[in-house]
Amino acid sequence: MKLIVAIIQPHRLDAVRERLTGVDIAGLTVTEVRGYGRQKGHTEIYRGAEYQIAFRPKLKLEVAVPDARVDDALQAITEGSRTGKIGDGKIFVLDLEQALRVRTGETGDIAL
Amino acid sequence: MIDSGDTAWVISATALVLLMTLPALALFYGGLVQAKNILSVLAQCFAVACLASVLWFLCGYSLAFSGTGAWIGDLQAALLGNVTRAGPHPGLKIPESVFVMFQMTFAIITPALIIGAYVERIKFCAVLLISALWLLIVYVPVAHWVWGGGWLAQRGVMDYAGGIVVHVTAGISALVIAIMLGARHEFPHGIRPPHSPWMVMVGASLLWVGWFGFNAGSALSAGGDAGMAMLVTHLSAATATLVWMAIEWIKFGKPSLVGAVTGTIAGLACITPASGYVGPGAAVLLGALAGGVCFLGVLLVKRIMQVDDALDVLGVHGVGGALGSLLLPFLTLLGGGVVLARPLADQFAVQGTGVVVVAIWSAIATFAITKLTALTIGLRVDAETETVGLDFAAHGETGYHVNR
Repeated sequence: MKLIVAIIQPHRLDAVRERLTGVDIAGLTVTEVRGYGRQKGHTEIYRGAEYQIAFRPKLKLEVAVPDARVDDALQAITEGSRTGKIGDGKIFVLDLEQALRVRTGETGDIAL
Repeated sequence: MIDSGDTAWVISATALVLLMTLPALALFYGGLVQAKNILSVLAQCFAVACLASVLWFLCGYSLAFSGTGAWIGDLQAALLGNVTRAGPHPGLKIPESVFVMFQMTFAIITPALIIGAYVERIKFCAVLLISALWLLIVYVPVAHWVWGGGWLAQRGVMDYAGGIVVHVTAGISALVIAIMLGARHEFPHGIRPPHSPWMVMVGASLLWVGWFGFNAGSALSAGGDAGMAMLVTHLSAATATLVWMAIEWIKFGKPSLVGAVTGTIAGLACITPASGYVGPGAAVLLGALAGGVCFLGVLLVKRIMQVDDALDVLGVHGVGGALGSLLLPFLTLLGGGVVLARPLADQFAVQGTGVVVVAIWSAIATFAITKLTALTIGLRVDAETETVGLDFAAHGETGYHVNR
């Protein structure tokens, strides 16, 4: 099992969700986060004064999938979140040791 | 003789002017600060409003509006002992109680305007002490000079609703306090942007509506003067808003909401002294000038002088009030204006004297008040409190409990 952690632009969430459900991957956790990468934040102007926004708002997605579905999930997230501009985000894939469905006590792939 | 129409309008106008402080100004300023300081701004506005009210009762009203001295009134009306149910205010057809209350709402908003200069770093007790002393030492005498029969009134100064009494006093005093208090730690480059621009817009909109009470109420009667004051107030606000938006659009590429509503307030402040004296065309002209000149005023204070007048009290209110006060003699010449009681040059000289002397008095007295406060209870919170934010550090509350 793998845990996929993706940092994406907030406005791409719906597109990512559609792609993931389109390839039949269910289960997604979303967190509002802030951060910076190469995009380095941005500036906003209020009453003529420039303000540095060092940390841009992003969404962090967490998706747990069986090993066999990792490539589908990565493709779905990539297609959903890509705009081609700096700031589209990053995807990390981590090994996942165990998963447990609380209601039934099932473990492993079947719990995902 | 009390006139029921006049009385009904001035009572309504009084409610509108209180609305300008609670909650309009509080929201306008509150949206401009960082999220960690929103409650402190609301608390400051609320407390200053209550404090000014009680001081107005004790002696403020009397010293401003009772007696015929050139410099200050007397204490005949202290504790509002002169207010009865029967009598009208001398020269008017509204009850004394209504006149006292109407003027009280002006005494409330003027020290509250200054809050914009010192937000996010001042001690709450310093806010109370400075506001109390300022009301009695700056606002009350100037109100007497201009509206209470003092030396400027005797010279014929024209200030319909407080361009000099409200906006010049508050603007200059804001600058003095901002300089003496020092800038916020992150000023100018690390400051966070306004935490809630929509709240700024709601506050500005309520100020706009309340301003009808402020300017049209200053007719102190229900009639043609009040009607014209309302019309010109609205036109100036609308024009200044468009001008400010246009400037931002050209200069920065986008017209911002915060900029637009700042233009609104500039237009309102600028028309205030002229509102009862000029016609619609003059209002549009004055609004257009207000948008441009106040935009420059904000840049001058923040960028060139590098003073952290945090929410631009001088740039918007002080500059707007002074501009309107100085231009109004000329603007009366346009359609719908009143006939001046003296030659144009003389009237302009009186207006100039009023603006300059009031600005100097505001600066000197505010310097003394702020110095006294610094030497006794202190002005600034410590660095850690400023970093944590005044909401929790000074008031024990948090503005936004999201996902907590």
